[in-house]
Amino acid sequence: MSTSRQQQTPQQSPAKLYQFKLVLLGESAVGKSSLVLRFVKDQFDDYRESTIGAAFLTQTVSLDDNATVKFEIWDTAGQERYKACQSLAPMYYRNANCAVVVYDITQASSLEKAKSWVKELQRQADPNIVIALAGNKNDLSARRVVTTEEAQAYANEAGLLFFETSAKTSHNVQELFYSIAKKMPLDMLANNRPRGTGPNARGIDLNRTPQQAGGCAC
Amino acid sequence: MDEVYDVIVLGTGLTECILSGLLSVDGKKVLHMDRNDYYGGDSASLNLTQLYRKFRPGTEAPATLGRDRDYNVDLIPKFMMANGELVKILTHTDVTRYLEFKQISGSFVYRDGRIAKVPASEMEAVRSPLMGLFEKRRAKKFFEHVQNYRQANPATHAGMDATITPMRNVYQYFGLEAGTIDFVGHALALHLEDSYLDRPAKETFDRIVLYMSSMARWGKSPYLYPLYGLGELPQGFARLSAIYGGTYMLDKKVDEIIYEDGKVVGVRSGDEVAKCKQVICDPSYAPSKVQKVAQVIRSICLLKAPIPNTDGIDSVQLIIPQNQLKRHNDIYIASVSSAHNVCEKSHYLAIVSTIVETSTPELELEPAYKLLGPIVDKFVDIVDICEPVEDGTKDELYISKSFDATSHFETVCDDVKDIYKRVTGHELILKQRTTQEQEQAEMAA
Repeated sequence: MSTSRQQQTPQQSPAKLYQFKLVLLGESAVGKSSLVLRFVKDQFDDYRESTIGAAFLTQTVSLDDNATVKFEIWDTAGQERYKACQSLAPMYYRNANCAVVVYDITQASSLEKAKSWVKELQRQADPNIVIALAGNKNDLSARRVVTTEEAQAYANEAGLLFFETSAKTSHNVQELFYSIAKKMPLDMLANNRPRGTGPNARGIDLNRTPQQAGGCAC
Repeated sequence: MDEVYDVIVLGTGLTECILSGLLSVDGKKVLHMDRNDYYGGDSASLNLTQLYRKFRPGTEAPATLGRDRDYNVDLIPKFMMANGELVKILTHTDVTRYLEFKQISGSFVYRDGRIAKVPASEMEAVRSPLMGLFEKRRAKKFFEHVQNYRQANPATHAGMDATITPMRNVYQYFGLEAGTIDFVGHALALHLEDSYLDRPAKETFDRIVLYMSSMARWGKSPYLYPLYGLGELPQGFARLSAIYGGTYMLDKKVDEIIYEDGKVVGVRSGDEVAKCKQVICDPSYAPSKVQKVAQVIRSICLLKAPIPNTDGIDSVQLIIPQNQLKRHNDIYIASVSSAHNVCEKSHYLAIVSTIVETSTPELELEPAYKLLGPIVDKFVDIVDICEPVEDGTKDELYISKSFDATSHFETVCDDVKDIYKRVTGHELILKQRTTQEQEQAEMAA
């Protein structure tokens, strides 16, 4: 399932584009931004500081059947650093179509935090949300404290996709996002676009000047 | 939190969040704290659990109301003017990207015992029962005058310099009837009481122009509203602040603002101290340094149907001008519904509010309650409107004003700009932030 990469250009009929809001969740310093950076830009930086500056990144994934999934990826902007569940605004995961909940395989507490995020999503987010659990820092296997079996059992029980990843070696990173794209219920969600996304958004686009300029009040 | 910051912001109300965002974008190191475990302070939107925790501690919300998550109940009744300052700040900072907006479907005014629509188009104006035929002609002349008025061009003044002529005299000049004056002053210029009649007319001209240009922007009404409630606005600006390095701590006790030689040097929470040069906060974090200027009553009403006589639309502003009830201050009704993702599908929310004039504030709202149809439940809040005693330049403690009784965010934006200027020493100039597309193009380069 790993080979169908984003650069593939559809030759025959143009692929149908489905856009989804994807949010990243997880304890501070588990590698959320690094996973995205690897996925979007195929880069890794060992000494990356906490996330500053980027509001969104987008990346597309081509599925086999002439469908292309475009992820609008929201990073936490470090808002989760203190008391995660409070400091991250509900606005962040509102209308999210999919979520990657990340923990660090060398930190047992980070899996507990991931579980609490999954609970929060199941309570507050869209009931159709697709959630993937990512056990990151797989390259540091010598320091592993969370076993694959334990995390896999939890993921099965909670109905999550599950991958152990390494943003550093890029192990399973494409696979993670590709699996999410594949699991998106495309037909059902085709009209349910993430918020604030240009002309297809449900609401009013404040940046657009409307053509309609109705007369004054009186 | 034991670090050194440029600015510590206390409270995550809209005013504080906009300032936090703007200052972070400017490169200031900002720490933003709130004693609550949710964003928004007084401008939060609460889910059912939070609503009951605030108004009915110890009681659970009845199951008939539906799911907790379906509710985002505003504590203050305000809408965004489509052509107002908040929209400008939102678009310039690109915070619009995080939010979705919808129109308020209609604006209404109470007159002689009936509810009438504020005309949204010339067609509606022609048919409107608010004025007789001859009065409509006089009003048309008046509106043309207001629209065409240019301070720099005395030929447009009709002999009345609006910076010195009282509004009362302008009305007189055009021969407008008392009912029309009430309508213009309260339903269009959105004055809360009548003291404006004796102030220079320019202020009222500007307000009328803002109303009309906002109305012209999208039609239906001059108002916009964020899906999921007003509480999304502070959250959006908090994200902006975080993206530019702002640090967030919610559910954090603020025990003391620390001074040295009369100037702010830090904030203490428990045995932690964060150092800073300036503090910005809402009035509740510095109660000894604010004064009460008025009291407002806000009654959050839960309905099962749209407000009667408003064409069954999903969202409404209804203004009851003070003269209609022999009061000094208008009563406002702001209603939103599941169309704005603020309550469960079979319910409607209406907030009735006014400035308190008597010792029995809830009785003052009775005439408004009568317009709402059956009320399922009410949550009543009586709050002090506070202002800082000093402007903060002496002690570096900058206190925002409480949310006032106006129906929009224009005064909030005035306060933001004013505090920004006092904190930074220069005027706020809104620069267009790079958009997501540009951002990614730069990253790819």
